[in-house]
Amino acid sequence: MSEQKKVDKTRRNLVVATTVVGGAASVGAAVPFVASMLPSERAKAAGAPVEVDISSIAPGEMKVFEWRGKPVWVIRRTQEMLASLKTVTGKLTDPGSKDSTQPEYAKNEYRSLKPDVVVMEGVCTHLGCSPQMKPADAKDEMGADWGGGFYCACHGSKFDLAGRVFRGAPAPTNLVVPPYQFLSDSKLLIGDDTKGA
Amino acid sequence: MKTLLAALAFVPATLLAAGGGHPLDRAPIEPRDVISLQAGARTFVNYCLNCHGAQFMRYNRLTDLGLTEAQIRDNLMFAADKVGETMKVSMSVQDGKAWFGVPPPDLSVISRSRGADWLYTYLRTFYRDDKTPSGWNNKVFPNAAMPHVLWKLQAEQNAVEYDRTVRDLVNFLVYVGEPSAQSRKNIGIVVLFVLGVVFVFAYAMKKAFWKDIR
Amino acid sequence: MASRLMALWDWFDSRMPSVAEEWRKHAAEYYAPKNFNFWYYFGVLSMLVLVIQIVSGIFLTMNYKPDAGLAFGSVEYIMRDVPGGWIIRYIHSTGASAFFVVVYLHMFRALLYGSHKEPRELIWIFGVLIYLSLMAEAFLGYLLPWGQMSYWGAQVIVNLFGVIPFIGPDIALWIRGDYVVSDATLNRFFALHVIAIPLVLLGLVVAHILALHDMGSNNPDGIEIKKTKDANGKPLDGIPFHPYYTVKDTVGAIVFLAIFAIVMFFMPELGGYFLEHNNFIPADPLKTPEHIAPLWYFTPFYSILRAVPPLFNSQFPGVLAMGIAVLILFFLPWLDRSPVKSIRYRGAYYKGALALFVVAFLILGYLGIEPTTVWGQFSATEGSMMDRVLDTKDRATWVARLCTILYFAFFILMPWYTAKDKTKPVPDRVTM
Repeated sequence: MSEQKKVDKTRRNLVVATTVVGGAASVGAAVPFVASMLPSERAKAAGAPVEVDISSIAPGEMKVFEWRGKPVWVIRRTQEMLASLKTVTGKLTDPGSKDSTQPEYAKNEYRSLKPDVVVMEGVCTHLGCSPQMKPADAKDEMGADWGGGFYCACHGSKFDLAGRVFRGAPAPTNLVVPPYQFLSDSKLLIGDDTKGA
Repeated sequence: MKTLLAALAFVPATLLAAGGGHPLDRAPIEPRDVISLQAGARTFVNYCLNCHGAQFMRYNRLTDLGLTEAQIRDNLMFAADKVGETMKVSMSVQDGKAWFGVPPPDLSVISRSRGADWLYTYLRTFYRDDKTPSGWNNKVFPNAAMPHVLWKLQAEQNAVEYDRTVRDLVNFLVYVGEPSAQSRKNIGIVVLFVLGVVFVFAYAMKKAFWKDIR
Repeated sequence: MASRLMALWDWFDSRMPSVAEEWRKHAAEYYAPKNFNFWYYFGVLSMLVLVIQIVSGIFLTMNYKPDAGLAFGSVEYIMRDVPGGWIIRYIHSTGASAFFVVVYLHMFRALLYGSHKEPRELIWIFGVLIYLSLMAEAFLGYLLPWGQMSYWGAQVIVNLFGVIPFIGPDIALWIRGDYVVSDATLNRFFALHVIAIPLVLLGLVVAHILALHDMGSNNPDGIEIKKTKDANGKPLDGIPFHPYYTVKDTVGAIVFLAIFAIVMFFMPELGGYFLEHNNFIPADPLKTPEHIAPLWYFTPFYSILRAVPPLFNSQFPGVLAMGIAVLILFFLPWLDRSPVKSIRYRGAYYKGALALFVVAFLILGYLGIEPTTVWGQFSATEGSMMDRVLDTKDRATWVARLCTILYFAFFILMPWYTAKDKTKPVPDRVTM
């Protein structure tokens, strides 16, 4: 009987050991399959930083560029537009951008490197639709106190001209600011903020 | 001369390429020699890339050869703006067809279809021939449409140097044919080791169960 | 923890008892003969390769493009740009050849131990159907990389259907969906390779195994273990498949995977036999490569095709011979008249016939890879008797003809030599 028990115990230990080692090996074998679903070198190359010329953007105007297949907005804000940012802070979900995604240098009241030029991903933080720009004169549509901003047609989220979301909207956080840097006054590199890039 | 003939006599039949039948020299390539690969890359972008592309090969992949992206951009990129682009050729297929009769083939996997020995011999056996449109002919590939693009190099260098230039170029083409070849072998060793470990446990388990079967 | 898991299992089991039932029926209480030897690994290994091919195939389809303009490039994209893509592609290309290696060895096992004989004829028939589906699957899949060998291989094989009298050309046209192999052909071959044939294969594998478990496994002695049972009705020479054969097959699978890994990581082209050199040249409908040979697993049949001389300027006899060479396998259980199953108790006639058959099959396989001029020509002076009689002086063709005759003789003469054979008495119990 005890002999039988000893045999069973050896078997049991070996089954456990083989299962563990074999299981670890199987996880290893799964690596290339899982990895193959990550962005390929082609996707990475297509998602490389883009150099854009912003000299043609007039004050108050917006231009849309593509980076990693997403719309990136560049807006040259006027003094009035910048002033409107101060008046709306009381109505915002995250006025200080504490819970929102942006590089450290854009974590300020303008959410930008230079106060006038703002760069944001035009993708609603709710479910990924691209909001539309609604200037300050769209008061009929957006309400009497509208100072200019963005409106997401999918579920009605509203954002100010720094991409900060208004309270009462389904979007939880402000629009994302991608990493970027100025190569010159008129040249912007979107997607990379490391020096010497 | 005698030794050469003796050597030729022992060339295995498989080395006799179809067409031409010229015996092939063994390409003394060294896939782990990054200096040779870098030299080959330089020759490739300067002499081959004008007419042939390597449309499946990305410039930034050349970091495999111990180069930085900045080095690649400064020294090897003449036909592209971004380091993530593939080695496309600037010449169009139509132009290629008009100028050479056949569009120059893409070289991404040429080493896998032709083999290193063929390329090594081909690039070293051009000779003058007034009867062909290009003025050149080749012993391995008779009536090849390609002229002897490396003729200036061959004139400037001595035989040993030229052989080395071609060796480096072929080494690079073999790398381009399968950039993952080195990591393939490295991963293979790990996989075999892991299977060995699993085998030990599985075999002991089998023994433990089969003890009582007689 | 353990008791919670048991409770969960009880909950599941009381609602779906068939899972445990099937497990008992096909593993824990499936009694297999205890004397399985080396040759009995290849059934399980075929299933392992099937799983490997399905999984790697699914991941390849995520990046492959079935489009004549994009297919070749998408394969190189997988090889270079997709993370881990080259591993998946080499698994699939090595797996294709590995599938035929294990299936050929599995079939040879049947010939050794008479596994095709009564009462296992249906198992054999399902097996031949699996083999046929596998050939279709391999042929369809080989077009997908859209290299020169893919293209011209498909062109030649589809044209084989074209030599069928009267309806042939229309059948070939219907298969291609175009006047030559083209984008339309590639697209439909992709659909058939990726979903249609795999579904058929899976169904046939299930039928093969169900039929096997109904009859019980044969063994190297060719003895029916169900004939000698103990007091509980369990076969005396049988052991439960699980755990005994699950642990044994695990060892076999690991050894197999190691060989698989050696090929795929250190010689994925295997000298041009697993991945042909010319297939690294994109398909060119205007230029045929100088020498086209099918992949190694088709070459015995390709040799038979080339060996049979045309009749009235028609290639049909060759195509017919090739077709019969495969289809004749279906009749094997009824051609074999031997009273014993295993080669251990058969006489010299069957042993000799099987040896000749294997040699002929291997020579045919080798010759199918090479051009017919590989062994040179008979020297026959012009106008001489030999010169006028022989339709070809290629030595290899004549050897292939001899081997073709041996191939068919193995089957056609089988009822005679198996009945005449001097067999040895079969013991009641298996030998270890």
